[in-house]
Amino acid sequence: MTAIESTNAHVHDLGMPAAGPDVTTISGAIDASVAANGPKQTTLKAKDLKTDQEVRWCPGCGDYVILNAVQSFLPSLGIAREDMVIVSGIGCSSRFPYYMNTYGMHSIHGRAPAIATGLAASRPDLSVWVVTGDGDALSIGGNHLIHTLRRNVNLTILLFNNRIYGLTKGQYSPTSEVGKVTKSTPMGSIDAPFNPVSLALGADATFVGRAMDSDRKGLTDVLRQAAEHQGTSLVEIYQNCNIFNDGAFELLKDPATGPMWTIPLVHGEPLVFGPGGASCVVRDDFGGLRIAETNQVDASQIVVHDAHREDPSYAFALSRLSSQDLRYSPMGVFRSVAKPTYDRMMADQLEDAAAQEPADLDALLAGSDSWTVS
Amino acid sequence: MTGTNPGISSAANGVAPGMHPAVDPAIDAAAHSSAPGGLVKSVVELDRVVIRLAGDSGDGMQLTGGRFTSETASFGNDLSTLPNFPAEIRAPTGTLPGVSSFQLHFADHDIMTPGDAPDVLVVMNPAALKANLVDLPGGGLLIADSDEFTPRNLAKVGYASNPLEDGSLEKWQLVSVPLTSMTTDALADSGLGKKEAERSKNMFTLGLLSWMYHRPTEGTIRFLERQFRRKPQIAAANIAAFRAGFNYGETTEAFAVSYEVKPAPMAPGKYRHISGNQALSYGLVAAGQRSGLPVFLGAYPITPASDILHELSKHKAYGVRTFQAEDEIAGIGAALGASFGGALGVTTTSGPGVALKAETIGLAVMTELPLLIVDVQRGGPSTGLPTKTEQSDLLQALYGRNGEAPVPVIAPRSPGDCFDATLEAARIALTYRTPVILLSDGYLANGAEPWSIPATDELPDLRTEFATEPNGEDGEFLPYLRDPETLARPWAVPGTAGLQHRIGGLEKADKTGNISYDPENHDFMTRTRQAKVDGIAASIPATEVDDPDGDARVAVIGWGSTYGPIGAACRRIRASGRSIAQVHLRHLNPLPADLGEILARYDRVVCPEMNLGQLAMVLRAKYLVDVHSHTQVRGLPFRAAELAAVFQDVIDGTTGTVATLDTGSDTPAQTGAAL
Ligand SMILES: Cc1ncc(C[n+]2csc(CCOP(=O)(O)OP(=O)(O)O)c2C)c(N)n1
Ligand code: SF4
Ligand SMILES: [Mg+2]
Repeated sequence: MTAIESTNAHVHDLGMPAAGPDVTTISGAIDASVAANGPKQTTLKAKDLKTDQEVRWCPGCGDYVILNAVQSFLPSLGIAREDMVIVSGIGCSSRFPYYMNTYGMHSIHGRAPAIATGLAASRPDLSVWVVTGDGDALSIGGNHLIHTLRRNVNLTILLFNNRIYGLTKGQYSPTSEVGKVTKSTPMGSIDAPFNPVSLALGADATFVGRAMDSDRKGLTDVLRQAAEHQGTSLVEIYQNCNIFNDGAFELLKDPATGPMWTIPLVHGEPLVFGPGGASCVVRDDFGGLRIAETNQVDASQIVVHDAHREDPSYAFALSRLSSQDLRYSPMGVFRSVAKPTYDRMMADQLEDAAAQEPADLDALLAGSDSWTVS
Repeated sequence: MTGTNPGISSAANGVAPGMHPAVDPAIDAAAHSSAPGGLVKSVVELDRVVIRLAGDSGDGMQLTGGRFTSETASFGNDLSTLPNFPAEIRAPTGTLPGVSSFQLHFADHDIMTPGDAPDVLVVMNPAALKANLVDLPGGGLLIADSDEFTPRNLAKVGYASNPLEDGSLEKWQLVSVPLTSMTTDALADSGLGKKEAERSKNMFTLGLLSWMYHRPTEGTIRFLERQFRRKPQIAAANIAAFRAGFNYGETTEAFAVSYEVKPAPMAPGKYRHISGNQALSYGLVAAGQRSGLPVFLGAYPITPASDILHELSKHKAYGVRTFQAEDEIAGIGAALGASFGGALGVTTTSGPGVALKAETIGLAVMTELPLLIVDVQRGGPSTGLPTKTEQSDLLQALYGRNGEAPVPVIAPRSPGDCFDATLEAARIALTYRTPVILLSDGYLANGAEPWSIPATDELPDLRTEFATEPNGEDGEFLPYLRDPETLARPWAVPGTAGLQHRIGGLEKADKTGNISYDPENHDFMTRTRQAKVDGIAASIPATEVDDPDGDARVAVIGWGSTYGPIGAACRRIRASGRSIAQVHLRHLNPLPADLGEILARYDRVVCPEMNLGQLAMVLRAKYLVDVHSHTQVRGLPFRAAELAAVFQDVIDGTTGTVATLDTGSDTPAQTGAAL
């Protein structure tokens, strides 16, 4: 997030050439507000990020814990509230911006990545976040999501995956498992689900992570890395909808089964997991990955996690280890690689163009083939 | 020229269509002789000419027409153009669907349309002849590339025998010229292969026409040098072909006459020729400069709007960001996101794209952010006629959204007017914090006319204030506390401390902007959003009524690109001694405050539209006026003569009008009327 760099910068240079009239430019407006309100406050507390709006999720909804985690962790980034913008789509999860004392837009179903792209591309000084659901991001908004990822716009996308349509009261979603019985699938869903991490990596996302709503530490850790990443970060957050899909992630949450099926991803560490480190990840014969019993393989065969691999196929192979029923779910950062960001490249082109031939509206309008009538 | 001056043409003494003298100089008394190259050649003076170039899509007719237009513009004629091309990039060569044409009307006086019918038709192959001959009036000059009239090409379009030779074209002044082989002959030493050399035949043709109409040639030579900078051999070949065509005109006996169309009197000033899409693009750049805001264009390519994306992407130095989105929804979404951030957000598209953008336009209505939506209309429904013109998106623009979602709608009337209309759309969007739809169309987009280059410091001042401080009584920020005059809400951009707020598509509580499901509040907010848009009428100047005689009983009302044909038809009506008033709307929502009263003054109101009567329906509903709707959806602009006939019928059928009609001998003959 570039906003980290701009913490102390009050002037937002948008690369606008000097305009004819003396106008209130964006940077001018922001300067004026700095003058009126004093320097930016970047030493925030969680409560500074709360709004006066009553939070209206169902009691017990996983969205609450995510909200709390975000409010507790964001101040540590040192970004002023006014420099953060949260854009969401439609769904239970997309109510998120109303509860954050930042700038926000609760937009329309599926389109948040597109709206955020325009904002981030024209205002590289801001820290722009997208909050979306599994239906919002992967059904109606699937196209925007993949294109945003491939462009690498500087955004942090939080995908609240509850594997159900919450707001519309419980239809199956594009992440629901085959066979799921819902209001719209009384005989069980026949749609093969998306694995959001695989999808994002297929779009060559530069940062992809996954975390559990109830795991404050793991969630915060992934969120921090996502926020610090330059470019589009996608964080899939497993979120319990206790009304329409309660217990969807119980296999991973239950202390009795969780460690068995969770593969913690730590950059530079061997992929060993399970009670007593009984399981591990090794390469298979086809260039992919497979699960093995640690005591059955040589230590040198165990894959050491490398989130910075340029080629996304390793991270993709990791994402394919898990099955629809969530056994062998890697949690943490799958991929984090550096690539130029869309907004930066766009700003560079504007600067280059202005350096080559400064703006001259009169010359532009006159063109090269004018004539004079006297 | 049609953009600003709805006045009457002075000259009406020209050669009527079909009277274009080609091989017989004696036909016109103004002819005088010259002797280039030993041949005695005459020069005939004309007041106006309509030329149509027609060929295969691959023959470069659009480029040739464009060049001829540039030469004509720099010579100082008034002009108007009508490019007409198929949706297919390259339909099978030599077939009817592959025919592309370019019509140019130029004159020594102010004209309003590209001409109903050509005086001169140039055809590069049998398909072009077959597709266009119906439009050439008897006696018109027909120039054909005889090389292309081969048995195979003739058979492709169903000619049993060669019309150039079988006498079937007797009605017209036919000149068969082996354009292709003369081009390859001229380029024999160019080092190009035959096929490659043949491709310069359009430049040979342009050279010939440039000779025939005394066009300046330097511009085209410079253009070719620039265009083929990196291919000097091709540049040289095209220039050689162009010169050969010119010289051929001068030396051949096939053309004994050349024509002169004097420059048109124009107000002093600096001019250029401009197409609608170009003018609209410049309008957007200018709106950015005059508002001091960065422009952000989010767009998905679609005919006939793509050229705006192409043009704007060249102007990054003006702080213009262009974003080619994954679809139309993302295009407008990104534009709205940029507007939230303090940019002038713009999205450009055609009718199918507007359909996709409807939901986001509604979001912009709800969030009350400035946003420009440009709809370059084309034939519909569905994919319709991508390269043809139509005005059938009016109701979509006015009403094509869920809920009560009022959006201001503006329409330019001529290619050059696209510039001013864009600035007006930006003014409304920025002042009232609202999405605005700008309704151009394919005819305006691709058509061109001379344009008086405006002084930039005289353009509207679009400066806009961002909110910088809390506006509530308790030091809080109320994002929906409105300006009492415009009802606009404050525009507080992210980055401004203390003004953090959340907006969105859910109904907003008055002032605070918090989510509200309160029945009274929804009723209030719905009416307030409507009142804000209705209130824009207070900022619209009084409607201009063009009624030079002052006694018209019939008014004709139009909007958008029909301005030229309607205006030309009104001139004909007036030249016939009848009176008619012309009203042309720029603001379609809200309609001008004085419009109802104006319409009520007339016995009959006629409304010609290139749809099935959309504005007529709105006017009937709003003003209870019995509007006579005259419609056509042929994908082409109206013909002035047809409209004049319609107007004449209405006038003559209106009680009292016939009695006042002057039938005396000094009534100008209708055929003599200038367009
Ligand atoms: C254009 C449009 N279509 C449909 C809807 C109805 N709708 C609202 S939210 C939603 C699904 C939300 O599911 P998800 O994104 O998973 O969010 P959740 O509620 O589960 O957090 C649907 C179908 C809508 N608001 N807009
Ligand atoms: S329906 Fe589910 S996701 Fe939505 S608020 Fe209730 S518990 Fe949360
Ligand atoms: Mg969901």
